[in-house]
Amino acid sequence: MRLDELPQGSPAWVDRIDWAAISPSEGQRLREFGMCEGASVELLHRGGLFGGGAIACRIGRMTIAMRSGHAAAIQVATSVAKQATSLTSSGPEGALLT
Amino acid sequence: MSAQPLIALVGNPNAGKSALFNALTGARQKLGNYPGVTVERKTGRLTLDDGAIVDVMDLPGTYSLDPNSPDEEVTRNVIMGRQQGERMPDALVVVVDAANLDNHLRFALELIALGLPTIVALNMVDLATRDGLELDAARLADDLGVPVIPTVAVRKRGLDHLRGELAVLLPAAARPVRVPRGDFAAIQREAHRIARRAIVSESPSRRLTGAIDKVALHPVLGLIVLLGLLFVMFQAVFSWSEIPIAMIEGALSAFENAVSAALPDSVLRDFLVQGVIAGVGAVIVFLPQILILFFFILMLEGTGYMVRAAFLMDGMMARVGLSGRAFIPLLSSFACAVPGIMATRTIADPKDRLTTILIAPLMTCSARLPVYTLIIAAFIPARSVGYGVGLQGLVLFTLYVAGIGGAFVAALALRRSVTRGGGGGFLMELPKYQMPLVRDIALGLWQRAVIFLKRAGTIIFVTTVILWLLLSYPKAPEGSAISPIDYSAAGRIAGVITPVLEPIGFNREIAVALIPAIAAREVAVSALATAYSIEDKGNEARTEQNLTSRLAGRWSLPTALAFLAWFVFAPQCISTIAVTRRETNGWKWPAFMVAYLVAMAYVAAGVTFWTATALGL
Repeated sequence: MRLDELPQGSPAWVDRIDWAAISPSEGQRLREFGMCEGASVELLHRGGLFGGGAIACRIGRMTIAMRSGHAAAIQVATSVAKQATSLTSSGPEGALLT
Repeated sequence: MSAQPLIALVGNPNAGKSALFNALTGARQKLGNYPGVTVERKTGRLTLDDGAIVDVMDLPGTYSLDPNSPDEEVTRNVIMGRQQGERMPDALVVVVDAANLDNHLRFALELIALGLPTIVALNMVDLATRDGLELDAARLADDLGVPVIPTVAVRKRGLDHLRGELAVLLPAAARPVRVPRGDFAAIQREAHRIARRAIVSESPSRRLTGAIDKVALHPVLGLIVLLGLLFVMFQAVFSWSEIPIAMIEGALSAFENAVSAALPDSVLRDFLVQGVIAGVGAVIVFLPQILILFFFILMLEGTGYMVRAAFLMDGMMARVGLSGRAFIPLLSSFACAVPGIMATRTIADPKDRLTTILIAPLMTCSARLPVYTLIIAAFIPARSVGYGVGLQGLVLFTLYVAGIGGAFVAALALRRSVTRGGGGGFLMELPKYQMPLVRDIALGLWQRAVIFLKRAGTIIFVTTVILWLLLSYPKAPEGSAISPIDYSAAGRIAGVITPVLEPIGFNREIAVALIPAIAAREVAVSALATAYSIEDKGNEARTEQNLTSRLAGRWSLPTALAFLAWFVFAPQCISTIAVTRRETNGWKWPAFMVAYLVAMAYVAAGVTFWTATALGL
């Protein structure tokens, strides 16, 4: 599911990021914030009312505010789904999870 | 014998770099600008334990050596020795947030790879401990290959240790600069690995911050908290400043009387009293409100709450094409647009930034208040509309709201036309909540006061003197029937523009008052007094009282309302124009700003006048 669809308070891992949907400078900033495949994320707050499309999420130990447009480009997986995929594929993500 | 060694403090934003800089250099700081860019340059002096003096430079926070905005570019350039007019640092102190090792270490690795003598300051270890995080600094030093010193900006021990390490480090010859190797992802993995090894124990991140954010970022509660804070802020700005302002005005009055008594009636005396003292007074009287507002802003920024406010406002800002980041400069503009416009430097997107600059003057600045107070006192009856709300207060509130509403309309229009394009994105780190140090707040206030006095002060002062000249000369000959005002240069200019202003209900006296208002808007009050030849010089309360009754008798209500409407949008004072010219590197945008604001003011005044007339007010 997408990051902006993630229920609040349930931790997840980043599965895939559609960098093409994000502007280059914002993509770079997201990477600098630690956004990468395998990163641990959690949706903390949705900006309701005036908040409109902004959401606050945790990436690793950092809390980031972003707009839902960015979050929509990030596919995440919760623990059960992740374990299923990691059984079938191996890669550097495995090392980052420990 | 070489010049004093230069140490650069560098690191991610929110690593506590500035607090560390303040702790090391104290009040021995110098603020300036890098040539050619509107980025703040901060340097200071540090004395090492052996008496050696060292220059310290606080570089703008950046997330990597790949810049995304002008100030990040400056950091990259200075470190690589490419910044025009700057020498390459002799050593780097990389400031790292102990509670955020993964990302901060990644940048640290990039910097260490450059080959300069480097020390890592493992900063804010107290907050890390608060969050249940324990680190092994020695392990980290081993893995990084450079000294790692735990620091807390307020505790002596880490600072002593840091100074000691610097003394050891500096004599080392500077090694040649190498381009950082390895791709981003590889460095990130390395940083993650090292961070893992350095963590002795940890608990889920950010317990205190997370708990506070449950309220602060709640869609409903968070907004209530923010509006409450804003309300308290504005209340404080008005009530706390009353006594200091009265004191300043009293002092100016006394000074004026002293000069008047000491000198014979002459050009010199007029120049000193009406030009110099009035000019200086026009600036200084601002200061209490600006300092109070900045105190609150510094507190909000220092505690980390400001970003939360921007988050809550982002939805509304996004709807008019701005980013939530614009909230901070716009908030500052309520004190004075000059520092507000300067604060737009934090907005990376150029179109976003330009739009914010262009609408900043629409935030009702404190200079408009004397005008509002005067007109409201003269024309709005002091009635209650129920629930303890007074009509006068309600009108004042409406004027504020009109300014904000006008700003949003303007932003919408601008983003679709003149400043179209670019992303008004909102991507920001939410820092941990912390209690700022008194020292840092005091230093910040002092620095901002000095900047305001220098920048706005010189301009307001010079313009007031010039306008005094325009209002006083040429002098009408003795016994002439023409009033001195009408005879003067300013009066003649007013005579020319009056026909243009008459359709929106303005009379000649208003035209005369609008000219000096270019210097500083509240000068419009004293200009009106002069225009009506009211001679209560030096006693502002009486001037206002008499002016109030004079206006109440001479102006119609539609004219008064139109005057208020004009001032909501009124072209901003010369200081704002000058600062806009600096921040946009040219005259094109300040000229556009004046033009569109005059147009809005004209239309608003006209609509108000004719609507009020039609309603039979």
